Amino acid sequence: MAPEKDAVVSRYTTGARLNHWITAASLILLALSGFALFHPSLFFLTSLFGGGQMTRIIHPFIGVVLVVSFLGLFLRFVRYNWPNADDFRWMGRIGAVLSNDDERLPEVGRYNAGQKIYFWGMTWTIIALVTSGVVIWDVYFSHYFTIEQRRLAVVVHAVAAVAAVLLWIVHAYAAVWVRGTVRAMMRGNVTGGWAWRHHRKWLRQEVNGEKRVPAE
Amino acid sequence: MATYQSLDLRRRSASTEPPPSIRDTAVEVAKLIDVSKCIGCKACQVACLEWNNLKEEVGVNVGVYDNPHDLTEHTWTLMRFTEWVNPETENLEWLIRKDGCMHCDDPGCLKACPAPGAIVQYSNGIVDFVSENCIGCGYCVKGCPFNIPRISEVDRKAYKCTLCSDRVAVGQAPACAKACPTQAIYFGSKEDMVEHAQGRIADLKERGFANAGLYDPPGVGGTHVMYVLHHNDRPELYAGLPNKPQIADSVALWKGLFKPLSLGGIALAAVLAFVHYVSAGPNEVTDEDEDNAKRLSGRS
Amino acid sequence: MTNCWGDIKSSDVIVIMGGNAAEAHPCGFKWVTEAKAHNKAKLIVVDPRFTRSASVADFYCPIRPGSDIAFLGGVINYLLSNDFIQKEYVNAYTNASYIVKEGYGFQDGLFTGYSEEKRDYDKASWDYELGEDGFAKVDPTLQDPRCVYQLMKVHFSRYTPEMVERVCGSPKDKFLKVAEYMASTAKPDKAMTSMYALGWTQHSKGAQNIRCMAMIQLLLGNIGVRGGGMNALRGHSNIQGLTDIGLMSNLMPGYLTLPTQKEPDLASHMSTRGFKPLRPGQVSFWQNYKKFFVSFQKAMWGKAATAENDWAYNYLPKLDVAYDMMRAFDLMYQGKMTGYICQGFNPLMSAPDKAKNLKALAKLKFLVVIDPLQTETARFWENHGEFNNSDPASIQTEVFELPATTFAEDEGSLTNSSRWLQWHYPGQEPPYETRTDIDIMASIHLRLKALYQAEGGAFPDPIVNLTWNYQVPDHPTPEEIAKEINGRVLEDITDPVDLTKVVLAAGKQLDGFAQLTDDGKTSCGCWIYAGCFTDAGNMMARRDTADPGETGLSPKWAWAWPANRRILYNRASSDVNGKPWAPQKPLVQWNGTRWVGFDVPDYGPTVAPDKAVGPFIMNQEGVARLFARGMMREGPFPEHYEPFESPIVNPMSPKIKGNPVARMFKEDRDALGDAKDFPIVATTYRLTEHFHYWTKHVRPNAVMQPEAFIEMSEQLAEEKGIQNGAWVKVSSNRNYLKAKALITKRLQPLQVDGKTVHVIGIPIHWGFTGEAKKGFGVNTLGPVVGDANSETPEFKAYLVNVEPSTPPNETPMAAASPASKPQG
Repeated sequence: MAPEKDAVVSRYTTGARLNHWITAASLILLALSGFALFHPSLFFLTSLFGGGQMTRIIHPFIGVVLVVSFLGLFLRFVRYNWPNADDFRWMGRIGAVLSNDDERLPEVGRYNAGQKIYFWGMTWTIIALVTSGVVIWDVYFSHYFTIEQRRLAVVVHAVAAVAAVLLWIVHAYAAVWVRGTVRAMMRGNVTGGWAWRHHRKWLRQEVNGEKRVPAE
Repeated sequence: MATYQSLDLRRRSASTEPPPSIRDTAVEVAKLIDVSKCIGCKACQVACLEWNNLKEEVGVNVGVYDNPHDLTEHTWTLMRFTEWVNPETENLEWLIRKDGCMHCDDPGCLKACPAPGAIVQYSNGIVDFVSENCIGCGYCVKGCPFNIPRISEVDRKAYKCTLCSDRVAVGQAPACAKACPTQAIYFGSKEDMVEHAQGRIADLKERGFANAGLYDPPGVGGTHVMYVLHHNDRPELYAGLPNKPQIADSVALWKGLFKPLSLGGIALAAVLAFVHYVSAGPNEVTDEDEDNAKRLSGRS
Repeated sequence: MTNCWGDIKSSDVIVIMGGNAAEAHPCGFKWVTEAKAHNKAKLIVVDPRFTRSASVADFYCPIRPGSDIAFLGGVINYLLSNDFIQKEYVNAYTNASYIVKEGYGFQDGLFTGYSEEKRDYDKASWDYELGEDGFAKVDPTLQDPRCVYQLMKVHFSRYTPEMVERVCGSPKDKFLKVAEYMASTAKPDKAMTSMYALGWTQHSKGAQNIRCMAMIQLLLGNIGVRGGGMNALRGHSNIQGLTDIGLMSNLMPGYLTLPTQKEPDLASHMSTRGFKPLRPGQVSFWQNYKKFFVSFQKAMWGKAATAENDWAYNYLPKLDVAYDMMRAFDLMYQGKMTGYICQGFNPLMSAPDKAKNLKALAKLKFLVVIDPLQTETARFWENHGEFNNSDPASIQTEVFELPATTFAEDEGSLTNSSRWLQWHYPGQEPPYETRTDIDIMASIHLRLKALYQAEGGAFPDPIVNLTWNYQVPDHPTPEEIAKEINGRVLEDITDPVDLTKVVLAAGKQLDGFAQLTDDGKTSCGCWIYAGCFTDAGNMMARRDTADPGETGLSPKWAWAWPANRRILYNRASSDVNGKPWAPQKPLVQWNGTRWVGFDVPDYGPTVAPDKAVGPFIMNQEGVARLFARGMMREGPFPEHYEPFESPIVNPMSPKIKGNPVARMFKEDRDALGDAKDFPIVATTYRLTEHFHYWTKHVRPNAVMQPEAFIEMSEQLAEEKGIQNGAWVKVSSNRNYLKAKALITKRLQPLQVDGKTVHVIGIPIHWGFTGEAKKGFGVNTLGPVVGDANSETPEFKAYLVNVEPSTPPNETPMAAASPASKPQG
């Protein structure tokens, strides 16, 4: 064995990473095209999609990609995201979280409470977006809904979209803020130190579990 | 499409800049539909098809006089027939209303529209769809308190009565008004139309319609298409003409406060993140963490 | 119309009965809205259906189809028994005071002189008592029991409000309200107008429907005044012109009548056309009949018509019977008429009994159709399943279609309801090989003429001698024809005193019919049109909208017959002294030396009021006839008779079924149904969205009313288990049709003679050609019987049954007798 560098822990399979990035890309495209139609000052964004008509046409289809892709993520990760008692303790010490004082936090499993909130937050906003999106996808579905239902749907869609964007900002920032995170989604693994620092319980499980931590 | 250089705009959809509005040529116009004089002959409907070169489908009879059965992308105006027995007199009344765009002074369609300049309101009050800018999203349909715009299945653009803005721009009355054989459709300045309506209302009151009145709903800032109704206290009798219409609360919220609040909220979130980064700094893995990890995995 | 469209704005009360002006005459209806808006007029609608007219009316009263005379007779009774009449007018301007002959009488629904065998009257007793001076006796006090006024009182006393309710199904209170509105115009300064159309004419006693209202108008003093009159709303843009120019089988232009076989020579023809005045000093303008006749013959045959040959009297056909549309189709059906030229007419869909028409056309050797459209008649041989179940293989008829221009592609005049001749110009070039009707007829004529010239024939003279002085013989221009109709001077006419003085030079276009002579020096194609195209130019093309006094008469817009007169009998707008009855609405009045005002006086312009010349100058009496003498076939007073198919026995005269003098062919009589099998009353009509069978060829019209339907009450629909918009089958004893059901509150069951009577409405517009959905001809259902005076078919009241059904089979199917086909 070669001189050891830092220990490396496998976190995401290739499939999971691709799944994530498809989801991420579609969310970003949806946000851009959505924003284009959301506020006049952002209408210029329609140019990215080939104009207003094209933006209007493409947006819901990207939504379909998102739904399928996100469903994959959901099925992969839902079992890690059920809340437990640690999550409440973790949330109770949110100040420590924000001040990078990880040692004051309870040991965290595969996902901390914040990540779980993000997971469920995205789940529910996407459900809201999809549902309301279908109602206002006039080309195919306008005949099935009343004007009142469609009026409600546009509001729900907008609120859910803003919620999703806010969640995403937290998610993206956290990835930047918590160093060493991005490689989990890029290369599929994290350093042992990262796992020790942020997901110690998970690391212990990985070490004690059947599967050995693969060294790259 | 429309060249509105000579017709100033008062409003332009999805635009953050004020529209050109320096020319002082604007007389607010209005079409007055005197329901009490209307015989439901549909000449207006045919005139609309012909002037605007619209080709509607030949439908079927489903037991009503309303043909087509609803507004479509080709049918911008439609006679709607309602049979109503007046409980006070026990007389049957056949209420016939010419439906179509009301040209609201505060147009819900324009408010809802996300495409810059796809919906404009000229300084004379006419609300017009500029098709080349339309992206076919259908938001105008949701924004309209009167359920008027229709999206074409073919080109996915929204269509509705233009109040013959092309005719009005050159001093002509709309085609429907021109075609009306009984002068149930009047066209002129809004001021004159309101005055004319008062005479008609007085006549109707003399003939026993105590609640005769002018339908010019303030909830949408008044309209540039107005009705003289025998029963102005109950406009809903006329094939569901909205009583006290206004832009839906949901639409008002969506296109009102929600937009700046949400954009602000998103910006704030980004700023807070930045501030946090600057103040708390990145959360970095220490060598100690790495050692601990190695220790745990029993490799140190 | 006695008056004109624009004049309606001066009405105080407008009665729409026997018509549906808003529906069928929406453009003219604007004058009703004007009257309402600016003259505070009240609009009254009496109709079996709550129509589009009713939707803007001040008062609506329902009525059973075919019971109008009972209703109007009730009004006459109401006016007479309450003395709501304009007495001065009635005394001076009607024959109310005339004494009727001993021998005239009325019993059990029949007037004196009836022969059941002939189904006709000997009308000898229907006349005035003449004095030794040869003039009719009168009683100005109206007290003589044999005077018209008293006879009228007796005759109409049976038309009580209770009887009206029993016969018409009109609630008594509503009937009385209508009568009250009408009576309000008995005041000298108030006027009521009567607007009617085919709702009154398409009955077996249609002419009497109209006459009954005319009597009401006379009693109220509403004839000859502004805002009054009897106003027939003509259903085609030029149907007034059709009758004016004599396109009925028994007429010649200007309401001259075609000779009959009983009149072998001119002397016998003229013997019944003397029109001697029946009162001293009266004009009796028809005394000039011979001038009109001779001038017409000169227009037709020019130099070939001479005094020696009785002005070519023998060129005219002599009628044995009337050759109306129903007779023509009966003759075709019998195989006796083998060729048919059908110009601007769609009889397969319009003449009664479509199945019979189909068989009749199939027996022709040839059929020529001159029309702008692909009419059903031209395509009668095509099989369109249930819509037209013909058998092309068995039909040998050769069909020639000659495409003609539409009104928008040619030039000429149209005579509207107001009697206005309005010139129009082509709006666009006609398509492809289309030719004008004039060119088509000219070409046919010239070919016929050449054949007669080459081959002789039994009697070529009327054809080969026909005047044909057109610059381009196969292309006469509308102006040339208009000038010919107007008439001109053929030879110099000199002053009767100073024979050297030429009053009218040869070649001059006539200024009016007063210049016509009976010595062959003038020619005139239609005497009432004389003055329409003078040396001053084409008066019909005038477009001056000036309207002095805002009367709505616009005297310099186009030209009205007769003599550009806009309101007939306008002398009656002033009292006996020549002062207007309605000072706020003067029309024609005496200024001390002549008659002046807004209209051309229908009177000698300088005849002083004290000469006591009556205002109805066409009549021998000089006054209007409340008692019609022998002019109507059913009797001198209108009497209610049930339609030939009626849900009840006539409560007024139970023994009489239908109009006792209406003609009926035997097989058509056998095809009548009764109320036991067909308990529902049907009535037919036009919709505003369409014009007859034409506009279904036009896309926007087809969009507005795409598919055939019938209208029925909610009660009937429930009784029969019929859903709105579902297919129904409507059957009469003759045939059936299928259409969509339109269930409406606008039709209500009526209580008639103690029982509930349902009425359904059947719009007529669909056929098997055109843009709209295919439909049955409505003439599939109706009986083959016409009005006794005019032979207008009884399309407005007959019996049917209704049941739920399935969609019709549109695809060609084995031809069979439609009646024997399985249901559904």
